[in-house]
Amino acid sequence: MNASELRILANLRRADAITMIYRAKTGHTGGAMSVLDILTVLYYDVLNVRPDMPLYPDRDRFLLSKGHSVEGYLAILADRGFFPKEELRTFSQAGSRLIGHPNNAIPGIEVCTGALGHGLSVGVGMALAAKRTGRDYRAYVVMGDGELGEGSVWEAAMAGANDRLDNLYAIIDRNGLQISGPTESTMALEDLRGKWTAFGWDVCECDGNDMQALLAYFHGAHPAGRPHCLIAHTVKGKGLPFAENRKEWHHKVPSEEQLQAAYAALGVGGVEWA
Amino acid sequence: MNTEAARIAFTRTLLELAREDPSLFAVATDSRGSVTLTDFADELPNQFVECGIAEQDAIGISAGLANGGLRPFVCGPACFYTLRSAEQVKVDVGYSHANVKIIGVSGGVSYGALGSTHHATQDIALMRATPGLEIFLPADGPQTAALTRYLAKSDAPAYVRMGRAAVPTIYDDGARFIPGQANRLRSGRDAAVIACGEMVSIALEAAKLLACDGIGVSVYDMHTIRPLDEAAILEAADTGFVLTVEEHNIHGGLGGAVAEVLSQYKPTRMRILGLPDEKLYSGTSGEVFEHYGLTPQGIAQTVRQWR
Repeated sequence: MNASELRILANLRRADAITMIYRAKTGHTGGAMSVLDILTVLYYDVLNVRPDMPLYPDRDRFLLSKGHSVEGYLAILADRGFFPKEELRTFSQAGSRLIGHPNNAIPGIEVCTGALGHGLSVGVGMALAAKRTGRDYRAYVVMGDGELGEGSVWEAAMAGANDRLDNLYAIIDRNGLQISGPTESTMALEDLRGKWTAFGWDVCECDGNDMQALLAYFHGAHPAGRPHCLIAHTVKGKGLPFAENRKEWHHKVPSEEQLQAAYAALGVGGVEWA
Repeated sequence: MNTEAARIAFTRTLLELAREDPSLFAVATDSRGSVTLTDFADELPNQFVECGIAEQDAIGISAGLANGGLRPFVCGPACFYTLRSAEQVKVDVGYSHANVKIIGVSGGVSYGALGSTHHATQDIALMRATPGLEIFLPADGPQTAALTRYLAKSDAPAYVRMGRAAVPTIYDDGARFIPGQANRLRSGRDAAVIACGEMVSIALEAAKLLACDGIGVSVYDMHTIRPLDEAAILEAADTGFVLTVEEHNIHGGLGGAVAEVLSQYKPTRMRILGLPDEKLYSGTSGEVFEHYGLTPQGIAQTVRQWR
């Protein structure tokens, strides 16, 4: 799929996500938007997954370790056919399996996530299982930048390098904001590239909201013998003019006017399932 | 009297099974020596994963291995797995229903003189309140071997707590082990003692002492804490007095589990014998047991006093 097709899909899924949040009156708007281009490239172009057979043994493994950015992820899974799109109406409703974090009762979701700092360890285990059983699937783990405060992330970073898991990808949604404000004034992460490099990872950086850059990264050649880290520089609230780079939109819910402003900015008329 | 440490029976059995089943993995946290997994690591390196001193990572990695179709047994000191990595156990294993077997060795006060940092006396309470895991405390070597054979075939996540020291052998080799079904090892009409883990053989000795006094005591080995054998607990209550004995804090463990059943379905006079809710006395595990009355004499005295 080319970059312009992916851009259209990403905006459609952004519209789905903001509609889910608007209807449910709850959600994590900012992070859902920043990570959406990464998820779009992965699920429409990169990952070897089969909606008709979600547990296909050779599937690539994906983990949204920053589980609070679930809305766009669910919209993508529904659009790819893992579950009916109409079910998006039940997001955060009583009794729904579409809760506010990834739930592996939903086809296509491997492991429940949401408590930060868990995903990379699980991804290490998935990648290691592939190595030990002679399968060639890859494990992709998307983390938030604020999430990197969890010490368990760095335990897993050591393990991934120790086990030379070149089938493991850690993608950091580097939007620069966490719930209290900028990461650098909350718990400084820089020199982030230096940290991952020092831990033994192959590190690249790109604009994480640029489809062309993401395609180039995922289809590029990556060195053998080391796990891979992509620091994807993104904008929190990306695509929603009223929310971009504003910390209060970490989990703010749009008004009716803002929903319509979002549709206009995204170039969509609305969503068919709502 | 034959004795064997549960961990020895576990690792011997796991190695035997893993030779035939390449999906069986052992995961360690710089714990291959304390668990006695060195032979496993040397003989089956492709089925052994070393995580270093990183219990949170080890539980998560094990969940990932399970996702890849493997059957990991993650093995290390019980005190670290159930507390340091409690959230990984809750989310990555229990909530996600990952087929991970968590093997906590040197549980209870096995590391007695090392102090409370190395005691696992809250683990049953923690695991009981964490949905999704079966919970086992085997009483001796043969039962541990049988349990290991069950775990190797089971698809359910589980937590197993074992002691460090050699304990008297109660069961015959090849004895039948049914998860969730307590074993009544002795029958008496005057009182019932329900014990788990290393306390079972001590409870049997206590019953012999009481028999000399003309007090007939039933002894139950409650090797499975989840799923709990409620029928056996209700049967024990027919004696009119139930004493639970465990190497665990008196809150939230076997005693709590039994009390929950009896108070709701068959209110019965009972006592909970375990480790008190305090900074524990220090010494070898035997000396700690002696201090708190977790001995044949202590159990017998409690039955005489309260039945």
